[in-house]
Amino acid sequence: MASRGQAIGVAAEALPRPGAAGRVRGLAALRDRPRLLLGVGLACLAVSLVLGVGLGSVAIDPTDTVGILARRLLGLPVPATWPATAETIVLELRLPRVLTAMLVGLGLSVAGATFQGLLRNPLADPYVLGTASGAAFGAAIAVLLPVQVAILDFGLLHGLAFAGALLAVLVVVRLGRTSPLAPLTGLLLTGYAVGSLLAAGLAMTMYLSGANLRQIVSFLLGGFDAASWPRLASAAPLVLLASGAVLLRARVLNGLLLGEETAAHLGVDVDRERTILLALASLATAAAVAVSGLVGFVGLVVPHLVRLVVGPDARRVLPLSAIFGASLLALADLLARLGGEIPVGVVTALVGAPFFLALLRRTRAGYEL
Amino acid sequence: MSAAVDGSAGRASDPAGLPDAGEAIGVERVTMAYRDRDVLRDVSLRVRRGERLVVVGPNGAGKSSLLRLLAGLVVPRSGSVRLLGDPLARLDRQAVARRLAVVPQQATLPFAARVEEVVGLGRLPHEDPFRGPRPADRAAVAAAVDRVGLGPLVGRDARELSLGERQLVLLGLAVAQQAPVLLLDEPTIHLDLRHQVAVMELLADLNERDGTTVVAVLHDLSLAAHFFPRLVLLAEGRLVADGPAPAVLTDERVRGVFGVDPVLVRFPGPRFSPDPSAAPPERLPADPPAPPS
Repeated sequence: MASRGQAIGVAAEALPRPGAAGRVRGLAALRDRPRLLLGVGLACLAVSLVLGVGLGSVAIDPTDTVGILARRLLGLPVPATWPATAETIVLELRLPRVLTAMLVGLGLSVAGATFQGLLRNPLADPYVLGTASGAAFGAAIAVLLPVQVAILDFGLLHGLAFAGALLAVLVVVRLGRTSPLAPLTGLLLTGYAVGSLLAAGLAMTMYLSGANLRQIVSFLLGGFDAASWPRLASAAPLVLLASGAVLLRARVLNGLLLGEETAAHLGVDVDRERTILLALASLATAAAVAVSGLVGFVGLVVPHLVRLVVGPDARRVLPLSAIFGASLLALADLLARLGGEIPVGVVTALVGAPFFLALLRRTRAGYEL
Repeated sequence: MSAAVDGSAGRASDPAGLPDAGEAIGVERVTMAYRDRDVLRDVSLRVRRGERLVVVGPNGAGKSSLLRLLAGLVVPRSGSVRLLGDPLARLDRQAVARRLAVVPQQATLPFAARVEEVVGLGRLPHEDPFRGPRPADRAAVAAAVDRVGLGPLVGRDARELSLGERQLVLLGLAVAQQAPVLLLDEPTIHLDLRHQVAVMELLADLNERDGTTVVAVLHDLSLAAHFFPRLVLLAEGRLVADGPAPAVLTDERVRGVFGVDPVLVRFPGPRFSPDPSAAPPERLPADPPAPPS
């Protein structure tokens, strides 16, 4: 029996460390060196930028690619040894597309990590509160309407998708509101119910859309083939500001790790912070979805991947999710292009789903719900 | 900020403050209700700084509600609560978290987290919100791990631990929080006998050596009586007795409040007798066979 003041002591034979931490020992070294990981992430980002800009139907020499980027983006005095067409392809076609993919990957990954932390549910993703079905329904209605407007390269489709996503979340939050410290399970279920309702509306519009069906389907699968500078410029501030504001509130998500009441005990104003984070993450999601359509799995898988390496601390999970989400989606879009303009959502699902299954099997403890 | 934690000077001049600078917790005539059901009725309680107090009572007596009230998670229907001299209602969550730590019965983790990371969450109220833990925070976590004896568990996923081990991790988290007031909700409920006693010893040590004010809810009357100089007995939302164990746990109170013969509480031997004739007398008689219709 421990004497007064002595440590309590826990069965000392329990030393072997099974589970995820032990299995991925190679990654464990990175866990305690977040700066190194940050460097790796930025390097990945740079590589995917160069690859994404250089490769395509017309391959551009990597040195030329780097040269063009350095000369035109960074203003470095690099002698122009490349044909003018290469510069046009890089700057007017590929660069906005790669950067849009990065922006969307960043926004969806940060939003995914936020929703997983807020709902305390590892299966949550950015679309969980009805954003996806709201955006899809909005886009489908836009396709049916015989109106053509475009402001800054944004058509009715993008506008209604953005509005639909935000409206859906608003309805879900209104209907699913519980007491200030209760878990958000009710919100999750409300999101499911509202999502189903909107999906019914979407199905009906698709049924009625006739020849325009293809346009709706391509929104549902997501893609960056219509990316342009003005479109990127109008979505970027929303996504970046919302994601940045989420990053500054990482401690809230840390507090919520052990539940809403424990978060309150640790000094988090749970009700207020949850509302703020829900709004920010939904805004980032809606803006991302409006430019790209529904790209799946990025927001679900990337935060888990990052957590597997760095642990649950949101101060690391959020920025690293942003970086890796950006480069992963840029690479996925590259694959989609090289595969002959497959919808990028197909690529992310093909790569993401098996990966996620492997991840679930690997972590033996299993995710509790 | 540190003044808010330990400073009792200067508070005497606060017009809204308390007359007693040595008070840790002051509950004034609180009535509290969930929906229309009263869970606390006209409860008043004063806990001085450095006191060690245990709340006992049957299920549904309002013990956990009292803890939630003291932690500021619920707002009373009437009455008021003071924490270290200030009205709880006027402190924001961060200020409360620097003054008061809570050990819940249990908590769930949605993601893998190492034991030391969970304990580290206790530093949340003190950390720089952007730069994260400083050396002082790391030292506090290491000290808490050491004091609660979590050393062998360091590096393990907290979700793989037994319930008892998890409870110790939550205790470690609260110790790392280094708040002058510590609330505990059934801190021994999942623990074996040795760890029950060890946790009680640790609470006594935190109380006597560090001067932490300890308020615990316990079901185990013998642990309560043995380790706490002051007992508060709740029944049906009312505070029915307050004082040292012999004065609070009188035979008639134990019989009246818990509905159990106090002999059973003090000498549990016969309850575990294998003799089948010693079956509890209050067992319901079997239903008479229904007459054939």
